[in-house]
Amino acid sequence: MENAQNGPILIIGAGQAGLQIAETLRAEGYAGSLTLLGDEALPPYNRPPLSKEMLSGRLDLDKLPIRGAGFLARKAIDWRGGAQVVAIDRAEKTVTLADGSQLPYAGLALATGARLRRLDLPGADLPNVLGLRGVDDAQALAAALGRTPRVVVIGGGFIGLEVAAAARKRGCAVTVVEAADRLLARVTAPLISDYVADLHRRHGVELIFAAAVQAILERDGQACAVRLADGRDLPADLVVYGVGVIAQTTLAEAAGLDCARGILVDACGRTSDPAIVAAGDCTARRMAKGDPLRLESVQNAIEQGKAAACALLGKERPFTAAPWFWSDQFEMKLQMVGLSAGYDTVVTRGTPDEDAFSALYFRYNKLIAVDSINRAQEHMVARKLLDRQIRLNPIQAADDSLSLAGLVKG
Amino acid sequence: MAQITFIAHGGDRQEIEIPDGWSVMQGAVREGVEGIEAECGGSCACATCHCFIDPAFLDRLPPPSDAENDLLDATAVERAPNSRLSCQITVTPALDGMIIHLPERQS
Repeated sequence: MENAQNGPILIIGAGQAGLQIAETLRAEGYAGSLTLLGDEALPPYNRPPLSKEMLSGRLDLDKLPIRGAGFLARKAIDWRGGAQVVAIDRAEKTVTLADGSQLPYAGLALATGARLRRLDLPGADLPNVLGLRGVDDAQALAAALGRTPRVVVIGGGFIGLEVAAAARKRGCAVTVVEAADRLLARVTAPLISDYVADLHRRHGVELIFAAAVQAILERDGQACAVRLADGRDLPADLVVYGVGVIAQTTLAEAAGLDCARGILVDACGRTSDPAIVAAGDCTARRMAKGDPLRLESVQNAIEQGKAAACALLGKERPFTAAPWFWSDQFEMKLQMVGLSAGYDTVVTRGTPDEDAFSALYFRYNKLIAVDSINRAQEHMVARKLLDRQIRLNPIQAADDSLSLAGLVKG
Repeated sequence: MAQITFIAHGGDRQEIEIPDGWSVMQGAVREGVEGIEAECGGSCACATCHCFIDPAFLDRLPPPSDAENDLLDATAVERAPNSRLSCQITVTPALDGMIIHLPERQS
């Protein structure tokens, strides 16, 4: 890695990861020119509320930015909104903006995020078929929900389920259509999926599993129903899709950086070019074995951002903590830490009947992940257990009288 | 609006104004007060906005909810009788002049 400490440093993408890179550069003593290029109009803002408070109509936009203008000014972070980068010239070390201007760099950070995976279906482009990624999407969706439409949500993942919960709270009739045979199938065990499904049904959400969507039907220029492959039509005044995101790698690929479902980085955020780092949703992390790891989370944006900023200054600060994530749906707070894929044993503490329990996942007797429902304290303890690799076997884990918090004290 | 003073573990002071209706955490994060991480964005889920409230102001705050109380047992620095999560404290004019001490670390 080259050392960019004399600058200038450019950051492409002004989301959580881009801002974190800028802040960590300053915290690590970088005093040179620092430009944060964002393509949206708002300064760097929090995305989690977009699928939560924002859809209730309660959140005011003033609270959305991560930092105030005063903070950015004090830290001499030159945030530029509405800036579209069209090319990176690695040989000349410049980036070109859509207005034709060029900016030189000694160090470059890519935090370009991800974009929505679109539906490839007849009717997908109708005006009342909405996705949710940015603040504009959230405002449009919040306004649409205010008209209490019948909502069909395509996709039973986190975004689809948070939208379903928000829509129910606002009095909409809601149906969720999921291709797999359970909710959150990609990320959690059946017992968590079942709990989440029960929660949604208790609140009046209709769930349809193992369903393929064939088309979105149109009447008078608007979507009016979702047609399933088995011939059923689900009437809808609003269709929301949450079928995943695609890492924004267009610029990186055009510049010849190694990419595979994301910009490939190591644990320190270093790309295949020694003057360029990347962080956040746009990345895929090279692993010692297996496929590159893609994480889409606040934690990943922050921790990779810190790592990438240090790497630009020639310092090693790998991101090694266990991945964590959370979702709020109705009165449920689901918090996950670790990666449960490949578990051979799962143990619960508490019970789903009490609406507060954790599932602890083991592989070869080693704790690899914990999903907690309405047990925030246990989630925080689980993060420490995983990060410090504190030994815990499934028999101990199942013993509710054993305090996990006691294992991490001191 | 309330003026609130944050004192970092090392002694650095930062005074900021926070609008009514905001949480103390939101106001602090907006100004980049060091020593408050607020990883979960204010949903009472992470205990990384832990702070110690000036005892003179403690009575002016509604008591912690069960959820907050539970999480205060999982803070990085051991809780004290005046420990609170700053995301759960809503600013009102009655909090003007409050002094908040921050723990050495949040995680």
